[in-house]
Amino acid sequence: MQRYIVRRVGALAVTLFFVSLLVFVVVRVLPGDPALIILGLEANADSVARVRQALGLDQPVPVQYVQWVGHALRGDLGRSIQYDLPVGALILSRLNVTLPLTLLAAGFMIAAAIPLGVFAATRHRRWGDYLTMTLSQLGVAVPGFWAGLLLILLFSVRLGWVQSGGFDGWGEGFWRGLRSLLLPAIALGLFQFAVLARTTRSAVLEVLREEYVKTARAKGVAEGVVLFRHALRNALIPIVTVAGVQLGQLLAGSIILESVFYLPGLGRLTLAAISARDLPVVQGVVLFVASMIVTVNAAVDILYGILDPRIRYG
Amino acid sequence: MADDISLSPLGRGQGEGTHGEGTRRRTPRALRHVTFMIGLAITLALVITAAVSVFYTPRDPLEMSIAGRLQGPTTAHPLGTDQFGRDLLSRIMQGAITSILVGVIAVGIGMVIGVAFGVLSGYFGGWLDETFMRLVDAIQGFPAILSALLLTAVFKPTLTISMVAIGIAFLPVFARLTRASFLEFRDRDFVVAARALGAGDRALIGRHILPNTLPPLIVQATISFPVAILAEAGLSYLGLGTQPPNPSWGLMLKEAQGFLGLNPWYAIFPGGAIALTVLGLNLLGDGLRDVLDPKTAAS
Repeated sequence: MQRYIVRRVGALAVTLFFVSLLVFVVVRVLPGDPALIILGLEANADSVARVRQALGLDQPVPVQYVQWVGHALRGDLGRSIQYDLPVGALILSRLNVTLPLTLLAAGFMIAAAIPLGVFAATRHRRWGDYLTMTLSQLGVAVPGFWAGLLLILLFSVRLGWVQSGGFDGWGEGFWRGLRSLLLPAIALGLFQFAVLARTTRSAVLEVLREEYVKTARAKGVAEGVVLFRHALRNALIPIVTVAGVQLGQLLAGSIILESVFYLPGLGRLTLAAISARDLPVVQGVVLFVASMIVTVNAAVDILYGILDPRIRYG
Repeated sequence: MADDISLSPLGRGQGEGTHGEGTRRRTPRALRHVTFMIGLAITLALVITAAVSVFYTPRDPLEMSIAGRLQGPTTAHPLGTDQFGRDLLSRIMQGAITSILVGVIAVGIGMVIGVAFGVLSGYFGGWLDETFMRLVDAIQGFPAILSALLLTAVFKPTLTISMVAIGIAFLPVFARLTRASFLEFRDRDFVVAARALGAGDRALIGRHILPNTLPPLIVQATISFPVAILAEAGLSYLGLGTQPPNPSWGLMLKEAQGFLGLNPWYAIFPGGAIALTVLGLNLLGDGLRDVLDPKTAAS
């Protein structure tokens, strides 16, 4: 077990190295001169030279990379040109919005998808099943940001129940903050909800056909106990795996939903940084989010190995 | 391993497995056939719409009319007009071209590079395999939105960037599929025999193994196509894809958001076009998977 975990963590380290390399190549190597992106082509030679020195662009490329990664490992992602603040601090302040939004969407996804998937499995090839599958087909087809627009149209423009977006911060109280994240979280989680409901359905169906389930039923165990203690528990392994991978997808998806609902999170920070040619911020956010996704994926992988010992010997 | 669950790069699951044999099999088969036909019909409608819009749209999609701004559906404009009085039906029709184009090219990019990665990994194995797989893990950390943000910061936002970004996001799934097939076939008798007869690496890969890996790749491509369309719409919505005045469904939704109170139809129709297209392609893909995927077809 320990050897397995150590090996997976080692692999994660290599993967994170590649993530940083990819970001570095796109930002520092592909464009030729990043200083010109920041300042524009019409910049005078003096300011270009100053930016080049500030960013360490006067060093050889491998040296630049080592310096950059060294700083990043110590939490120093550079300095925003637009705000003149450390990029790391900016990211942390915006995570206040992005992280709760992602987790809320994940909560919605799990709370809705697992019961529905189990329900569909118990109604296999009957109307309840077909209805659920139709719902999930629709959920996979509707783009999250359009769902967001429709929710705004209904609850804000038509009914006037909520404001059409914006976020007052957590200072105004926990529930007020949560309220402004509710619709975005539903819109964000819709797609992944549909995927997870399908996964749950097939995982439970798979288990329901196992011999031990038949045995439990033959012994006269109540159907509810069969379903939740025998079937769902064993079906949880694939469900947890898919849900874990979906966390990363939700984090990335929040970038779009933040734009729909005008939420001041990581996504809006990055989009504004692109307009302002604030390259360090874009580079920092992308490095951060990609590393998060890769780490979550690896954690799921490790968890999967722990939950299901067969995997380790596969 | 999580790989086996095989989420596509943008998070679409593999969907339902196959369950239940025997007598109760008949109805769902027929039903699946029905959904497949619906999917085919919607997809054909999409392709025909895109093809027709190349030389005919009811109105000029770029023709503005200040007097006729933000109208709901009328006889002259069946789907209404946008903030410049441009005909929405014509613009949505032309948006189909963008969607198909991006879908095909993005999936193509992901498939070609992914298959190349998978071939090198699966055929040669060893440290090369290990390195490529870690690289693929790393690429999985870059969903289309993230690559698009990064590329747009460095270059200018264009349709090409969105296609490349979406393509990169598909790379891991194609690489893993190809690698798995190569691992499966590498030591099969027919490959060993061909090698004994003097076939080189190139012939073994190209003539003997690669053709066998095609069915799952084709299935994956059809699954990826609608995901690419969704991603393109999302990127255009953020302003990272298609640029105005070119019609794109995502871009139209971005513009419509400012006028939700004045003309809600403006936000409803382009989104409906995306959802309908994706639904049709998904149904078609599910059907194709039943036919082409040996694992599913066998049961």
